[in-house]
Amino acid sequence: MSVTMAQALNTALHDAMTADDRVICYGEDVGMLGGVFRITDRLQERFGPQRCFDSPLAESGIVGTAIGMAMYGFRPVVEMQFDGFTYPAFDQIVSHLAKMRNRSRGTVTLPVVVRIPYGGGIGAVEHHSESPESYFAHTAGLHVVTPATPGDAYGMLRRALTGADPVIFFEPKRRYWASEELDLPHESAPFGQAEVRRQGSLATLISYGPTVATCLDAAHAAAEDGWDLEVVDLRSLVPLDTERVVESVRRTGRAIVVHEAQVFSGFGAELAAQITEEAFYHLEAPVLRVGGFDIPYPPAQLEHYHLPGTDRILDAVERSLAY
Amino acid sequence: MSDRTEPAVPDATSLLPPMRPVQLLDEGGELHESDDFPLDLKDDDLAAMHRFMVLARRVDRQSIALQRQGQLGVYASLLGQEAAQVGSAYALGPSDWVFPTYRELGSALVRGLDPEHLLHSFRGTWLGDHDPHEHRFGLLSIPIATQALHAVGFAMAAKLDGADFVTASYFGDGATSEGDVHEALNFAAVFDVPCVFFVQNNQYAISVPVSEQTRAPTLAHKAVGYGMPGYRCDGNDVLATYAVMRHAVDRARRGEGPSMIEAVTYRRESHTTADDATRYRSEEELAEWVPRDPLTRFETLLEGRGLLDQDRKAELEAEVDALALRLREEIYDAPHGDPLELFEHVYVSPPASYERQRELLRGEIDAGTYTDDAR
Repeated sequence: MSVTMAQALNTALHDAMTADDRVICYGEDVGMLGGVFRITDRLQERFGPQRCFDSPLAESGIVGTAIGMAMYGFRPVVEMQFDGFTYPAFDQIVSHLAKMRNRSRGTVTLPVVVRIPYGGGIGAVEHHSESPESYFAHTAGLHVVTPATPGDAYGMLRRALTGADPVIFFEPKRRYWASEELDLPHESAPFGQAEVRRQGSLATLISYGPTVATCLDAAHAAAEDGWDLEVVDLRSLVPLDTERVVESVRRTGRAIVVHEAQVFSGFGAELAAQITEEAFYHLEAPVLRVGGFDIPYPPAQLEHYHLPGTDRILDAVERSLAY
Repeated sequence: MSDRTEPAVPDATSLLPPMRPVQLLDEGGELHESDDFPLDLKDDDLAAMHRFMVLARRVDRQSIALQRQGQLGVYASLLGQEAAQVGSAYALGPSDWVFPTYRELGSALVRGLDPEHLLHSFRGTWLGDHDPHEHRFGLLSIPIATQALHAVGFAMAAKLDGADFVTASYFGDGATSEGDVHEALNFAAVFDVPCVFFVQNNQYAISVPVSEQTRAPTLAHKAVGYGMPGYRCDGNDVLATYAVMRHAVDRARRGEGPSMIEAVTYRRESHTTADDATRYRSEEELAEWVPRDPLTRFETLLEGRGLLDQDRKAELEAEVDALALRLREEIYDAPHGDPLELFEHVYVSPPASYERQRELLRGEIDAGTYTDDAR
């Protein structure tokens, strides 16, 4: 059947709460309303207000209390309503969620999942289109993952809710309503395994989350010109599947990293460095980075100038080929 | 946690704390009992509380000495706050939980922790080297106020699970300015959880006096804005602190919700051993607090009741000397830990880079890079 990413996430939460009564879901407007994106739709009706409930409007409070609940033995899955409202919770995530297992020498594990709808492309008002993944990828102690397809959205959220490490779960909100043919439940590969979404031989496009679809569109368009591009979907930034990325780049000899976040000091810089370290003698051209500009996310009417589209990606492929 | 039924709105005036902190034991050691905060302590309890206060003071003095000897990187003294810490922790039951600050050795002793476990983290070796579940005492929390939310989340979990313990959230006067304390008080009230907020107002957040921290009439008044009662007690009076804490813990245990206590006390030492309090407070001010010493007045009471004599004092002196010796032996030149273990506990499922980086470090160690190796 045809399943959207939003439906897949909702079903994943439903199935996880059915499978494990320690899974508790809360955040702003997630109860009666079912979340502003309806990802928690009907969970309160199905599981009651003890297991899916609205919290006061305070993101640090949401993550901080989730840490306490996880210490007790629950598995909280909490929602940050939008990417730009994750920042008030930054201290709890970085200072405690990421570190408590380490500083307790392994006695306290915190299986907390922080869901964050992220990225632009939906014409949202300021502070609703951020791509803050690098802040969290730069913090030891967190798993940082982001699905690109409905199937992975389901499978990866189920994995997040059975794993033992804290997970920052980035949901590409402009892909919420994209659908695919899918039978649920769907099993996904473990975190730390990238997926080749399209095989090719000329160059490798490496991406994650919302821009995987853009890369596939670019590869499709390029195929009409006889360019055979490979598309790798990282799925998880931490842990990172360097091996799969390097294997692909060694074959194609060219790597273009694509993400929505600004290029400067973005996750693409880490990828470029690792590819250079691991595949230097296989590279025909420098690793190129394609992303948003190094500016604050623009107003909605101008966001299409900022977001990396197929043209910007194919221009980079062309620059790579010109070496 | 909420079924959208309208909760009863509390009468704001009923939540107000007294301006004058509750005091049961005056500075001369005379007891004035209160019907509002009755004492249920037996002679054994009084002796036990006294012992904890004496231990706390001695561990504190030993810790400062260890820092001066270069054995601890830094240490945050509790001198002057023994009554606040011991009195509050003594009011908790064995199943209750403490979520402490980094200045909580007195409470830790009452909960049964060996102080050396906490001192290792001040030594700069492995942090938080204790299992919080063993004594129901959370990890020392350095980022101010953040642990208040963990206490509330833990209490939310207890409520959901039908457990009947209370969590005690410890923080200081400075923390009341942080957003996390606001969010913790609000979450606790909205979800009506069994959490008691115990604020040790020791008058200073490093160098900034409480008068520059807030314009609230008292810290306890802040509770009213969250719809919970605020209480004030003389934090240098171990019996008042116990009685007020006991009142708050009992009502939380009965399902009557959270409350906040401000224990008015004084930090007699600098903020930490790295601080110099003479830069921001006067000798005169410090001298004013000496007669209010928490141990002196309690000992006057105990002596008057025949619970403390020269023999008992000598016995206690021998015990604290032995403890101090044990601490010196435990901490002095203690190993720093295996550096390769630094990679061990960060993740259950670590990224692939961990194996490579561990090997890199192992190679450096094997090559003799670190000549001052003190594993």
